[in-house]
Amino acid sequence: MALSLGFHIIFSCIGMVMPFFMAVSHYYWIRTKNPVYQNITKAWSKGVAIFFATGAVSGTVLSFELGLLWPEFMKHAGPIFGMPFSLEGTAFFVEAIALGFYLYGWNRFNKWFHWITGVIVGISGLASGILVVAANAWMNTPAGFDFVNGQYLNIDPIAAMFNKAWPSQALHMCLAAFVATGFAVAGVHAYMVLRNKNVLFHSKAFRIAAIFAAVSALLQPLSGDHSAKHVAKYQPAKLAAMEAHFETGRAVPLFLGGIPDVKNKKVNYALEIPGFLSFLAHGDFNAEVTGLDRVLPENHPPVAITHYAFQVMVVLGSLLAFIGFLYLIALIKKKSWLDKRWLLKLFVISVPLGYIAIEAGWIVTEVGRQPWIIYGIMRTKDAVTPMPGIVYSFYIFTAVYISLAVIVTFLLYRQIKMVPVIYDVQNNKTG
Amino acid sequence: MLYVVMIYLWTSILLYLLLGGADFGAGIIELFTSGKNKSRTRQTMYHAIGPIWEANHMWLIITIVILFVGFPVIYTTMSVYLHIPLAIMLLGIIARGTAFAFRHYDAVIDDLQILYNNIFVYSSFITPLFLGIVAGSAVSGKIDTSASTFLDAYIFSWLHWFSLATGLFTVAICGFLAAIFIIGETSDDYERTRFITKAKHMTIAAFIAGILVFLAGYYEGVPIFQWIFGNPIGFATISAALISLIIQWIFLYRGNTNTLRILAGFQVAMLLLAVTVRHYPNIVLLKDGRSLSLLEHAGHEQTIFYLGATLLAGSIFILPALYYLLYSFHRKTN
Repeated sequence: MALSLGFHIIFSCIGMVMPFFMAVSHYYWIRTKNPVYQNITKAWSKGVAIFFATGAVSGTVLSFELGLLWPEFMKHAGPIFGMPFSLEGTAFFVEAIALGFYLYGWNRFNKWFHWITGVIVGISGLASGILVVAANAWMNTPAGFDFVNGQYLNIDPIAAMFNKAWPSQALHMCLAAFVATGFAVAGVHAYMVLRNKNVLFHSKAFRIAAIFAAVSALLQPLSGDHSAKHVAKYQPAKLAAMEAHFETGRAVPLFLGGIPDVKNKKVNYALEIPGFLSFLAHGDFNAEVTGLDRVLPENHPPVAITHYAFQVMVVLGSLLAFIGFLYLIALIKKKSWLDKRWLLKLFVISVPLGYIAIEAGWIVTEVGRQPWIIYGIMRTKDAVTPMPGIVYSFYIFTAVYISLAVIVTFLLYRQIKMVPVIYDVQNNKTG
Repeated sequence: MLYVVMIYLWTSILLYLLLGGADFGAGIIELFTSGKNKSRTRQTMYHAIGPIWEANHMWLIITIVILFVGFPVIYTTMSVYLHIPLAIMLLGIIARGTAFAFRHYDAVIDDLQILYNNIFVYSSFITPLFLGIVAGSAVSGKIDTSASTFLDAYIFSWLHWFSLATGLFTVAICGFLAAIFIIGETSDDYERTRFITKAKHMTIAAFIAGILVFLAGYYEGVPIFQWIFGNPIGFATISAALISLIIQWIFLYRGNTNTLRILAGFQVAMLLLAVTVRHYPNIVLLKDGRSLSLLEHAGHEQTIFYLGATLLAGSIFILPALYYLLYSFHRKTN
């Protein structure tokens, strides 16, 4: 399950963000009539189609898997947090229809109508993402029902959907999707520019993706800070695990790196910044931060995994923000940097980084919530299916997802390889 | 509002069976087409289903979402005891969807196309087969929630002749729908004749598979005959379906394409009505005689209210757009 979700996150992030790149490039094509932009749009739209198909399929599978693996969870949670799912179904349907128009609509419709269907693909994809995050946020900050003696009473699906964690989580996730996909797409095109292949095509494509990537990477730390403050308030155990913070106290230092030693309740070899965790969590260097000692031992999340994952996410996020910052400087002030190979190389290196950061962030939010599947209400082990041999089912789906990932990568590689054959003729005409 | 939700549930199952079914059928027909005609068949099929195939499969998602939001007990019981056929069906959906996308978007055309095609056609067969098995098991009264062994609970709940026959019947219906649908998608006379012949074969296959379902029901002690013919609505719907099937057979050559399609859709709708109406409001029958009912096992009032409201609101967005999608591509191809 976790693994399917791990894959689904990547597929759908790309499927969510690529349509926006595609729409921007399409806009340039309509405006400038420069065929390079039309080629970029077409090439990207094929990528969108591949990712939409895999994202849609993995999404369908997930909606079944929820029941196949977590029947007890779904029995109670389904009616409460179903609202975002039914809305998401709608958004997804709209996306599928719009994509049908878009992919098969070249030269069939009014050019602006065609362009708008592309924009709708992006907006409805983003909306689905935001809605699905509402369901996950609900697991973190359950709302919209009263839990009395093991019964779920007074269900209010609207309150459940607008749970407390939704805004901060959704914002963080959307920005993450833009950062990761932006850097990945820009990185691939940067690589082709470095290898001197179809420079005109790839450098224009690079520019569109890189601007998206840079802007969202710079915004992301702000949203991360907002999320952290939120977690500190509503899920103190998760924050404590993220920071490997064992004892409640004031003016708590922030640990950078380090190896948490759960037995002796301390962190070894870490760089300490005094009072900084208090500041980050509550905006005050002297504030009290709840540690794991305030949480019953059987309710402790796995500290080490959460802590490492959190560090990985933060480090990669900062690195990407830094690269984005350099790129924006180059764009605005130091135009000479734009042709420099080192700048392109930085983007090439960052191709996988955004996705690693997303996965790490996913681990933080999921592992950090353990042992609960619904925070404070239901334990994960009580939610799993009673069917024996469930691991085999799990192995099979794992294998399927891994092969899907391999195939998609392979297909994209072939798409990129074919750029000169499919798109170069027209390039030459104009160039 | 509960009734609104139920209508949506029934309608999305029907639409999935019709549109998704025709879509699966395209692969099934390809599977049963001889080598030399395969690539032409494929082209006509692709032309017909390409723009709409994603939308066709959304109905399954809608069905599932309605089930797990509105009727969580039914959803979870099915997903626990029918875990294996559902999982196989899902693998089929994955394989089919991705193979379809890949064979049309892979930039390089080479031998891999053969692999994509094979995956596509076989999964087009397997997916509806297991869909039918799941449906057959749901009404067979063989799901054993109190079984003590793995085999009884998780295998024999769904593995029996009745569900297998239902699975085959579902496959045949898909092929039949696709064949009828595709007749109108080609203007070439030779192709048209070929698809008409296909449609005839598929009609016969569906008819035989239908009889198999009755035989298997008799053998397994599932009183399907009494269910359907024992009540007036069941009797009327099946008779209506049969009469329209005969009309359709006669007009296969001369008939207007849309009439043929409407007739085929009508038959499937009647069939679904016949099997669902008998047990309404129950949709899953268990071995111990209990059954899961849409009325009794519905979610909380609030949930159902908002689910219904969402579905209604969603329809306002979706239906016109979907109609326009079908309309514009249909017009352009003719």
